[in-house]
Amino acid sequence: MEPSFIKELQTIVGEQYALTDRESLAVYGYDSTPELERLPGAVLLPGTSGEVARIMRLCHGAGICVTPRGSGTNLSGGSLSAGGVVVQTSRLNHLLEIDEENLTATMEPGLITSTLHREVEKLGLFYPPDPGSMNISTMGGNVAENSGGLRGLKYGVTADYVMGLETILADGELLRTGGKVVKDVAGYNLNPLLVSSEGTLGFFTGITVKLIPKPQGKITMLAHFPVLQDAALAVSAIIAAKVIPATLEFLDKVTIKCVEEYAHVGLPLDVDAVLLIEVDGHPVVIAEEAAAVAEICKKHRCSFFQTAQNAAEALKLTEARRTALSALARLKPTTILEDATVPRSCIAAMLKVIQDSAKKHNVVIGTFGHAGDGNLHPTCLTDERDKDEITRAHAAFEEIFDAAIAMGGTITGEHGVGLAKKMYLPKLVGESGIRVMRGIKQAFDPKGILNPGKIF
Amino acid sequence: MDYVKLINCMRCGMCLPTCPTYKETFLETASPRGRVALIRKLQEGELDQSERLLEYLSLCLDCQACATACPSGVNAGELVAEFTCERKSQSGLSFMEDLILRKLVPHPDHLETSMVPMRIYQRTGLQKLVRNLGVLKMFPKPLGRMEGLLPPLPAKPLRQEILEITPAVGRERGTVGFFLGCVMSLIFSDASRATIKLLSSLGYRVITPRNQVCCGAPNMLGGDLDGMKEAARTNIDIFAGYELDFIVTDCGGCGAELKKYGHHLQGSDAAEAFSTKVRDISQILALHADDLMKLLKPLPIKVTYHDPCHIAHCQGIRQEPRDLLKLIPGVEYKELESADACCGSAGTYNISKPEMSDRILQRKLDTVRASGAELLVTSNPGCLLQLKKGLADHLPDVKIMHLTEILAQSMDS
Repeated sequence: MEPSFIKELQTIVGEQYALTDRESLAVYGYDSTPELERLPGAVLLPGTSGEVARIMRLCHGAGICVTPRGSGTNLSGGSLSAGGVVVQTSRLNHLLEIDEENLTATMEPGLITSTLHREVEKLGLFYPPDPGSMNISTMGGNVAENSGGLRGLKYGVTADYVMGLETILADGELLRTGGKVVKDVAGYNLNPLLVSSEGTLGFFTGITVKLIPKPQGKITMLAHFPVLQDAALAVSAIIAAKVIPATLEFLDKVTIKCVEEYAHVGLPLDVDAVLLIEVDGHPVVIAEEAAAVAEICKKHRCSFFQTAQNAAEALKLTEARRTALSALARLKPTTILEDATVPRSCIAAMLKVIQDSAKKHNVVIGTFGHAGDGNLHPTCLTDERDKDEITRAHAAFEEIFDAAIAMGGTITGEHGVGLAKKMYLPKLVGESGIRVMRGIKQAFDPKGILNPGKIF
Repeated sequence: MDYVKLINCMRCGMCLPTCPTYKETFLETASPRGRVALIRKLQEGELDQSERLLEYLSLCLDCQACATACPSGVNAGELVAEFTCERKSQSGLSFMEDLILRKLVPHPDHLETSMVPMRIYQRTGLQKLVRNLGVLKMFPKPLGRMEGLLPPLPAKPLRQEILEITPAVGRERGTVGFFLGCVMSLIFSDASRATIKLLSSLGYRVITPRNQVCCGAPNMLGGDLDGMKEAARTNIDIFAGYELDFIVTDCGGCGAELKKYGHHLQGSDAAEAFSTKVRDISQILALHADDLMKLLKPLPIKVTYHDPCHIAHCQGIRQEPRDLLKLIPGVEYKELESADACCGSAGTYNISKPEMSDRILQRKLDTVRASGAELLVTSNPGCLLQLKKGLADHLPDVKIMHLTEILAQSMDS
């Protein structure tokens, strides 16, 4: 990067917020995606949306690429930049408004997801999307990746809550889409397009989300299953019985062992799988639902069924589940995580495919995930220094993706395509899909400076 | 350094929200994940050992909140400390480091003598004069900070006054060795007196070997692993001379270090035996909560507790101090928000990195203010120094005490 160009960047954000030293660039060369690193040319931490617009204008003029970044917990390499400018949103982290009359919250993109949860819950309101990394992930990142989470089954994902966006376009112009209105059919519906655009269409500077009343109560349960397939069948049976739990999470034996080793919450080490189930809503209703869930689990040969006795115990269980991915790294240094997603009736079949592929390619795969919405996280436990094993891991995943597509599923449920899953996307969306996506990209960013090389 | 420990970090970012310096800066270089990456890239040859890299690493408080948060079992704080030790073992200690870590710290006599001028300075009214005249501004900044942090010193270090054997009150239930930390002895002698009193009141015979030396934590902090091991061997030998049920300390920093003797002197059975006997005072008192409760009299006061990093993160002790405070009749216990976040003291960090330390302290004081507590309790001398100063400057109505002080006070009231 030219020294004169760096000077101009410094003028916009201030010298201390423009990082160009080798050491800083090196540690902004990664996010949470295994095996991927790219060295950026500069890292900026703007303090206002005006600064973001000026950065975009300058880079657009100079033909320098820009990659937005929140806390760098992306799982598909989406926040990496090869030689371009990384713009970190951390200083743009203000919660601007909670509108209790319209049930909305408006914020800057760097706001931490769990901070939003805490603030709205103080007022008896609820923002459901809760990705595993919610204690550090940013709202901007959640919107750009359309993050899901543990409560997706009942409450949907980030896209279901985004009502309005303020986006700085590639040329520095501001685009306002949506707002606080519940109904809006004026022109193309651009919000859903921007949500999950992975930083390739614009840079969000303002986000307005929908809030709902906080559920009055919840019951958290844990069921132990000696046989893996029984757990999977129980998941489908719960849904078929017309009970929609807020959370219906699955952990297999490998995952249980790692999580228990870290969290010490009393998970069983001698069963094949556990289901973590949470129902929420009116106390009378959830009591009935909890009873139905217990009944179904017992019918599917669960060996033990436990109900959390208080909020602290419940929180311990769900927090332990949140550590699953990282806890798996206790066994092997490199964890390659995928999020192939299938229609939820296919969970049992998908688990079988994962087991078979692991066996066939001689790799260890721990599986956990949002069983209730068909979004599983098979995670290969490997060592990046063992090239042969890495090759086998990727071969296993290719099979798993193929199977997911064949079942009418998708290659990624919530982590995004980014760099990591780019090569599988054509298989899923076909030539026409790629063509339409390229056309959209062209319309938003004809010079191709926004997070280039991602998705397709 | 073991390369596997570095690549075990899978960069999930779970550590970020718990790291005090990341919370202040939002910089990846100031985060646990970033520090591990810097050391890794240095080892892989991608980065050099530049001044800047060392500066980035030196911002780590080694509070180990990241280790508590890490599901993968990576301890970034410890890795930075290990890195510093390896670097110092190659480069050698500087003149000042050698003077302090080898000639002063390991010898209690020297250390105590070194404090004499300070005591005179405080007692003769010279301190008042110096402060009023603003003379301190003429000295190097770190000196000024040190001066400001020091509370009035006791007339004599506790080590010189304490009985080597304090008998049990009533029926003897066992014998404990008391490890008297340097700072506890030199500055917070009232707290350690209270500790001994509580132990003896609960039926323990308390042996405080006069010849024990510093635990070695300052050596670790300065990257002097050999000096630390030397201290460990001396203390292990001294305490091995007694029949002890436990080795007790009321200093969080010492406790964390003593518990690691077995780890540092791998293969030494004596070191392992020593470490397994070490307990923080709260662990012993909690064992006898029922008996202790009978001794306590009412103290109507709103109390909150700050978890020292060396107790919560390094030793995993969180519940005992809270349970003990709640034993005191009349105490209204208020939980502190982010109670286990570092206060910014971190050994000598508040002197070497004053600006960052102050920012971290300010956050802590905000939570103390919000708790509405009249008394802040903690159990580590570093935290006591830092918070005492912070409260005096910003929240003068809030008192601060060591855990054993408030318990002893309740016993006496």
